[in-house]
Amino acid sequence: MNRINKKMQEDKKLLSLYFTAGYPELNNTVKIIEDLEANGVDMIEIGLPFSDPLADGPTIQNSSTIALKNGMTTNLLFKQLKDIRKTVSIPLIVMGYFNPMLQYGVEDFCKKCSEIGIDGLIMPDLPLAVYQDEYEAIFKKYNLKNIFLITPQTSNERIKQIDEASDAFIYMVSSASVTGSKSGFGDEQTAYFKRIASMQLKNPQIVGFGINNNETFTQATEDAKGAIIGSAFIKHLTENGVDTIKEFVQEIR
Amino acid sequence: MNYNVTKKGYYGTFGGAYIPEMLYPNVENLRQNYLKVMAEPDFKAEFDQLLKDYVGRPSPLYFAKRLSEKYNTKVYLKREDLNHTGAHKVNNTIGQILMAKKLGKKRIIAETGAGQHGVATATVCALMGMDCVVYMGEIDIARQAPNVARMKMLGAEVRPALSGSKTLKDATNEAIRDWINNPVDTHYIIGSAIGPHPYPDMVTRFQSVISEEIKWQLKEKEGRENPDYVVACIGGGSNAAGTYYHFLHEEEVGIIAVEAAGKGINSGESAATSALGKEGVIHGCKTLLMQTNDGQITEPYSISAGLDYPGVGPLHAHLYKTGRGEFYSATDDEAMQSGLELTKLEGIIPAIESSHALAIFKHKTFKPDDVVVLSLSGRGDKDLDNYIKYFNL
Ligand SMILES: Cc1ncc(COP(=O)(O)O)c(C=O)c1O
Repeated sequence: MNRINKKMQEDKKLLSLYFTAGYPELNNTVKIIEDLEANGVDMIEIGLPFSDPLADGPTIQNSSTIALKNGMTTNLLFKQLKDIRKTVSIPLIVMGYFNPMLQYGVEDFCKKCSEIGIDGLIMPDLPLAVYQDEYEAIFKKYNLKNIFLITPQTSNERIKQIDEASDAFIYMVSSASVTGSKSGFGDEQTAYFKRIASMQLKNPQIVGFGINNNETFTQATEDAKGAIIGSAFIKHLTENGVDTIKEFVQEIR
Repeated sequence: MNYNVTKKGYYGTFGGAYIPEMLYPNVENLRQNYLKVMAEPDFKAEFDQLLKDYVGRPSPLYFAKRLSEKYNTKVYLKREDLNHTGAHKVNNTIGQILMAKKLGKKRIIAETGAGQHGVATATVCALMGMDCVVYMGEIDIARQAPNVARMKMLGAEVRPALSGSKTLKDATNEAIRDWINNPVDTHYIIGSAIGPHPYPDMVTRFQSVISEEIKWQLKEKEGRENPDYVVACIGGGSNAAGTYYHFLHEEEVGIIAVEAAGKGINSGESAATSALGKEGVIHGCKTLLMQTNDGQITEPYSISAGLDYPGVGPLHAHLYKTGRGEFYSATDDEAMQSGLELTKLEGIIPAIESSHALAIFKHKTFKPDDVVVLSLSGRGDKDLDNYIKYFNL
């Protein structure tokens, strides 16, 4: 069974963290992953930096720019992760934008991920229809789960389509925003969380965008299976360095 | 060969809508409605009336006698430079603001490089009393001060794009992010034939008034609707798409595109996308774009801020790949000399973008009886500073 599916069956709320590979330093990748697992994080999104991250706010834009300046490339990330499964057993997901994957070759990219032991991909700008028409068979061949996003504006009909096409979890974007722009959830979000919960989807939901502390983590996971933190973690790394991951994770739960 | 967009939004292998889910409801709403709305009689009537009384259409098709003599062929200039606000851009912004109203949107956002599209958008927002935010790279804001002032006078808020290279590509990213943050009341008026489907097709249709007019104007002047060649410069490709549109399937009409070579195709400072680009995804669209082997989008360069874009619209990528279009590129120097030449021969100061199209005569020899229609996409007022510096005027 894919590690993500197994993780979803655990009887607890899941904490997942995103970081940009190559940031703050080019060779922090393995250390960050190992420290996150050692401190009880359930799942990790490894960000492959892109020059033009459309869905990201200033924090992740900035970490991506620096990571690229540091020399991060698709090949280098794969090289850094080559032996990751010798030390790390939690689910690992590569999150990035579609163009670098397309240039690497979609099949080669998937094959490499599978060899390394990556469990899934999040490619926000690879839309559902294109995935189904052109790439689903390749993802399946390499046992990679493709994770789709939904937002408060996504229609129920489309949510059902996405649920049908998914086989891991649904990435529930908390509010209409790019990453890192809102903090704290209001009535609108709570209503949206309840609405989705009441749909009885077959895939569990993990909430992302706007989670930055214990309070928002607790709110987000009241109905959902877990939550993803990205910008707040990047900010923490910027301000406190990579040796303080424990403090960050303990603060969240 | 088909050069129109398919139902799924492709031109050959190019196009599509590679957008994050956050944009899906708006882009899908537009996709489902744009053709329906454009076909509504009251929409058409208002669009046509504004193009006539507000923009000043039809724009003249002018026989450039002295330029023709110089290059021993028959050159007609399609005078988009005479439009209100000084370029073809306004054809699209009029169409899109009427579309936005039909879709019940209250707030408009746009990106701009040189400021021409920003001014054209701010203008129609003033006309319709709608809120307007224009994203512009911080570097372009400094380079194009008069257009920034015009936008402000027109009531628009100009927001600097501070990310990446701080030019057009980054302004486009910021506009897209704004749309993600404001999904309900906002319409994004894209300024060229780029972006996710249906934008390239919608922008092309609004700009297609250019070739529609060329047909009947040429019939009056030459007794035939089809020229031997149509020529246009390509940034994202909206004036070109409009100039080609009604000739795409007329095989006897040669289609010529001129891109910006900057300091030379192999200088590392260029915007000649068809020569330097590879297939990839930029701003929601699969097309030719300038990028590293690793798929990171690279920075283009051109003396002309309006051609300074690392991609081309998907229609043009298709015209290039199929060989339907002949693609050339003009360097900064060639364009500047061609702009000065038109000024001296015809008394018309062109936008530096349009000067690139004029540089075709340095690259291709036409026959004496060829009829060549060239899109003079904009006027040079906005570029005076550049001309002054370049020629030490
Ligand atoms: C006068 C003029 N021509 C051409 C362009 C290039 O755009 P497009 O390729 O969309 O026509 C611009 C863009 O700013 C412009 O201002």
